[in-house]
Amino acid sequence: MYRYDEYDQSIVDARVDEFRDQVERRLSGQLTEDQFKPLRLMNGLYLQLHAYMLRVAVPYGTLDSRQMRMLAHIARTYDRGYGHFTTRQNIQFNWIKLADAPDILAELATVEMHAIQTSGNCIRNISADQYAGASADEVADPRPWAELIRQWSTFHPEFSYLPRKFKIAVIAAEEDRAAMRLHDIGIRLVAQDGGIGAQIYVGGGMGRTPMISHLIRDFVAADDLMSYLEACLRVYNRYGRRDNIYKARIKILLHEIGADEYRRQVEEEFVAVKQLGLDPPRAELERIAAMFAAPAFETGLSAHVERDDPDFAVWIDQNVRPHKAPGYAIVNVSLKPVGGIPGDASADQIDRLADLAQRYSFDELRVTHAQNIVLPHVRQRDLQDLWRALVEAGLAEPNLDLITDIIACPGLDYCSLANARSIPLAQKIATRFADRDRQRELGELKLKISGCINACGHHHAGHIGILGVDRKGTENYQLSLGGSGAEDVSLAKITGPGFDEDGVVDAIERVTDRYLAERKAGERFLDTYRRVGFAPFKEAIYG
Amino acid sequence: MAEAMLRFRDDEAQDEPAVTLDAFLGQSNATAVRLEAGEDARALVPHLDRLRLVEVSFPTFRDGRGYSSARILREAGYTGELRAAGDVLVDQLPLMRRCGFDGFAPQVPLDDAAVARALDRYAYRYQAAADDSVPVWKRRHG
Repeated sequence: MYRYDEYDQSIVDARVDEFRDQVERRLSGQLTEDQFKPLRLMNGLYLQLHAYMLRVAVPYGTLDSRQMRMLAHIARTYDRGYGHFTTRQNIQFNWIKLADAPDILAELATVEMHAIQTSGNCIRNISADQYAGASADEVADPRPWAELIRQWSTFHPEFSYLPRKFKIAVIAAEEDRAAMRLHDIGIRLVAQDGGIGAQIYVGGGMGRTPMISHLIRDFVAADDLMSYLEACLRVYNRYGRRDNIYKARIKILLHEIGADEYRRQVEEEFVAVKQLGLDPPRAELERIAAMFAAPAFETGLSAHVERDDPDFAVWIDQNVRPHKAPGYAIVNVSLKPVGGIPGDASADQIDRLADLAQRYSFDELRVTHAQNIVLPHVRQRDLQDLWRALVEAGLAEPNLDLITDIIACPGLDYCSLANARSIPLAQKIATRFADRDRQRELGELKLKISGCINACGHHHAGHIGILGVDRKGTENYQLSLGGSGAEDVSLAKITGPGFDEDGVVDAIERVTDRYLAERKAGERFLDTYRRVGFAPFKEAIYG
Repeated sequence: MAEAMLRFRDDEAQDEPAVTLDAFLGQSNATAVRLEAGEDARALVPHLDRLRLVEVSFPTFRDGRGYSSARILREAGYTGELRAAGDVLVDQLPLMRRCGFDGFAPQVPLDDAAVARALDRYAYRYQAAADDSVPVWKRRHG
């Protein structure tokens, strides 16, 4: 875990002071709402339908129990007793009073947390692979690199008023668990000639014009990374469109000038920027990396797990993943109970997860972009005790990557941008497919729901995606198929005319029935879809 | 306008009116130029030695292109006044100073106390920029 030193703490404390000043000026009328808006947004404070929402940064999705307990405390004290984990590995609180926001930030600062750049047209919180430091397939832990980028991007003087928001993800494995290719900049760490460097992808994103990023540079050494990112951002800041908010993301710039021309401009800028001495010495990456050193894993542990209890066995098979250290496992805690709100956790559950992390997982937790929680380092011999505790807390749903493990945006229940509700639809779908055997029979099936075209629910990347639209004053849901946010990245294709809420649930069922009829042994839904194509599914849906 | 001006320089303020980029590039004797948000600051680079004032326009505080213009000019060695003009608000001032602006002509006058608070607030900066702040990584590693 990264630990703040006096500099980090001073910067976060100053931010609390600054925001308190801004809120006071707003409350006293010195700032208009128009002037206050970008300031509060840069601190993660949105005005929603019913109240302010505060989005708290969880850098690269990593937390310890002390921080987790603070989140529970905030949920209890300033919200209605729960928090909502987001697709960018953050947490948001939906019922915040403006006057309380500075106090909340002050409390967060006591546990090395903040809400800096969790919204606004700036470089957002950096996301990363949730299995960092635990999975055998990574070439390095991506988090030290993400922390280096966090520091570089925090209050960046040149890039705080970009054309539009800017999201960066860092992974370090072939398998992409962070939807890296759908970020403004996606970084994959790779090994080359004995060193680790960054492969730079630019121009991915969802929203109303989804695009998959382009490989812009095959290898950037650690010593050049900040200069290279500076060049990438400068070209965007100067030439990204500002005339139309819907065309302002960097993906549109790349689309309009082409990836080759963008690369040419970046390389030219990089040559100039590299002379400026912007890159920290290697010792800084090493200082940070030392704080992410692997915990003291025990050796000689037995990998034997007693599978007598069938419920426990199902949970193991579905939610537990192999760990790089023998005798350990990665545990996924689903925040998708059937009938629940995807990504929500109560203050008591958040506290309980903190306890369990402390007891069983070297005091570490991760938030995933699929809105679940990971306990990254659990001894296999502790799995059963952990599972029992999770069952007791209502956190043992064995549905990781199954059809009920739905990503959903807050939708019209909270969000002022939404056209349709997402949460009730997610609940309805999960209820329809609640039967555990049926879900497992369908296998990996990533279903994602967005309540408007901004695509916060990642519907473009869903094996099955649903987009809520407003059609003449009634909620209407468009179905799309074949998307993926993983290493086999693809964008989903709209099936045809939309449905009402019950209609779309029926249509999904026709899709899954057709999959079961068409699939060959070992094929996931996505594999079958890619093999047989769109037509059989379209026929199944519309007859 | 003169009262609203804020300067962080010891030299005399340039009183020659700033000309447009096109006009500047077309005549040899102007020493003050105004850059609109979308204009290429690099067009000025061959002429820096005769420039005393570059005024960078901020049509709205949301338009951040001027921050890059400022840095490009400072990186190219420009030492004259770099003035941010237009929708310049107190909360943007610290960022603008870091990008190399040392003159400000805000549309709406800024409160002196608020300016002082904003500029003094952060003792440390993470990244190097066009000002003389020592980045945190350099403080850590010397």
